[in-house]
Amino acid sequence: MKRQRLDLMTSFITFLRRLGQSGIMRVESIGRSGVFLLLAIFGRSGFGSRYQLLLQQLYSIGVLSLVIISVSGLFIGMVLGLQGYNILVTYGSEEAVGQMVALTLLRELGPVVTALLYAGRAGSALTAEIGLMKVTEQLSSMEMIGVDPLKRIVAPRFWAGFISMPLLAAIFSVIGIYGGAMVSVDWLGIYEGSFWSNMQQSVNFADDVCNGVIKSLVFGFVVTWIAVFQGYDTMPTSEGISRATTRTVVYSSLAVLGLDFILTAVMFGEL
Amino acid sequence: MVRMRTVEISVGVFMLAGIFALILLALRVSGLSIQTAQTTYHVHAFFDHIGGLKVRSKVAISGVNVGKVVSISYDKTEMRAKVVMEIDSQVNNIPTDSTAAILTSGLLGEQYIGITLGGEEKTLQEGGEIWNTQPAQILEDLIGKFLQQSVKEVE
Repeated sequence: MKRQRLDLMTSFITFLRRLGQSGIMRVESIGRSGVFLLLAIFGRSGFGSRYQLLLQQLYSIGVLSLVIISVSGLFIGMVLGLQGYNILVTYGSEEAVGQMVALTLLRELGPVVTALLYAGRAGSALTAEIGLMKVTEQLSSMEMIGVDPLKRIVAPRFWAGFISMPLLAAIFSVIGIYGGAMVSVDWLGIYEGSFWSNMQQSVNFADDVCNGVIKSLVFGFVVTWIAVFQGYDTMPTSEGISRATTRTVVYSSLAVLGLDFILTAVMFGEL
Repeated sequence: MVRMRTVEISVGVFMLAGIFALILLALRVSGLSIQTAQTTYHVHAFFDHIGGLKVRSKVAISGVNVGKVVSISYDKTEMRAKVVMEIDSQVNNIPTDSTAAILTSGLLGEQYIGITLGGEEKTLQEGGEIWNTQPAQILEDLIGKFLQQSVKEVE
C-alpha cells in the first residue's frame, strides 16, 4: 500500500519535471528567437553593400510568389462575387455586392489568405534553405571565415519578406476585386456604375485600406520571423529540417489567424 | 550578369505592381480624391429621434450628396439629439428655414439626412442651426398608429 503511494508520488514528480522542462525549453526558445530577431534587424551594416543580397531575396520571395497570389486572388474574388450575389439578390440589393467583395477582401481575406499562402510558398522554402545551410555546416564555416551569417543570410531574407508581404496583399486584393467585378458585372449583369459607386461610398481609405496594409505588415513580420528562426534553430539532421519546415507552416498559420482576431478586435471592434 | 539583370528587372516590376495596386485601392476602391483640402462648413440640428443615423452618414439635398454627419451627441439643455453636419462650401446658399429630415434610402438601406430647402433670404453660415427638423420614422410607432386606426375603424 505504502509502496504504491510512493510509486505514484515519483511518477507525479517525474511528470512535473517533464512539464517544467518543456516549459523552460519553450520560454528559452522564445527568448532565443527574440535575440535572434534583434541581431538580424539591427546587426546589418549599411544598406548599400547588401543591396544585391536583398534584391536576390526579393526576387525569390516576392516575384516568384506572384503567380500563386494572383491566381488565388482572382478565384477568391470571383467566388465572393458569386456567393454575395446569391445572398443579396434575395433582399433585392444585389448592387451591394461590390461593397461586400471589397470590404471582405481589404479587411480580412486579402491580408490573411496572402499570409497563409506566403507561409506555405515562401516561408517553408526559407526554413528549408537556412536549415540545409546549417546541416551542411555552411553557417558555421561562414562564422569561421569571419562573415556573420545573421547579417549575410538572415537579415536580407527577413527584410525581403517584410517588404514583399504588403505588396503581395495589395495585389491580391486588387485582383480579387476585379475578379468579383468580372463575375457580377459581366456575367450576372449588375449595373457597373452602382457596383463601383457603392464600393467607393462604403470603403474608407484610412479605416479599411490602411488597416489592411497594417495587418499585412504585421503578418509579413511574424511569418518571416518564424520561418527564418525555425531554419536557424533547426536540429542539424535531415529529420530536423522536415520538422522545422512543418513547424514553420503550422506556427505561422496559427500566428496569422490568432493575430488576425486580435488586430480585428482592436481595429474594428471599438475596443 | 544577364541573370542578375532579369532579377533586377522583375523585382522592379514586382515593386511597381505592388505600389500600383495600393494606389488603385486608394483611388478606385475607396474613392479617395486627390484634393483632400476641400473646404466645408459646419451646421447643426436638433432631432427628437435619430433612428439609425451614424457618424459619416451622408447629407443630401434633392438626393445629391453634399456632405456628411460628423458628430452625434445628446444635448442636455436642449434635451434632444444634436447632430453636427459638414457641408461642402460650394453649397453655400441653404436658406435658414430649410427642413432637415432623417430619411431611409430604400426599404433596408442606411439612413441619411435629407435637406429640403426653404424660402428665407438669409443663408446658413458656419455654426448655423437648422431648427426645422423631422425625426426619424420608427417602424414600431408606425405599426402602432396603423393598428390603432384599424381598431377605431372596426369599432
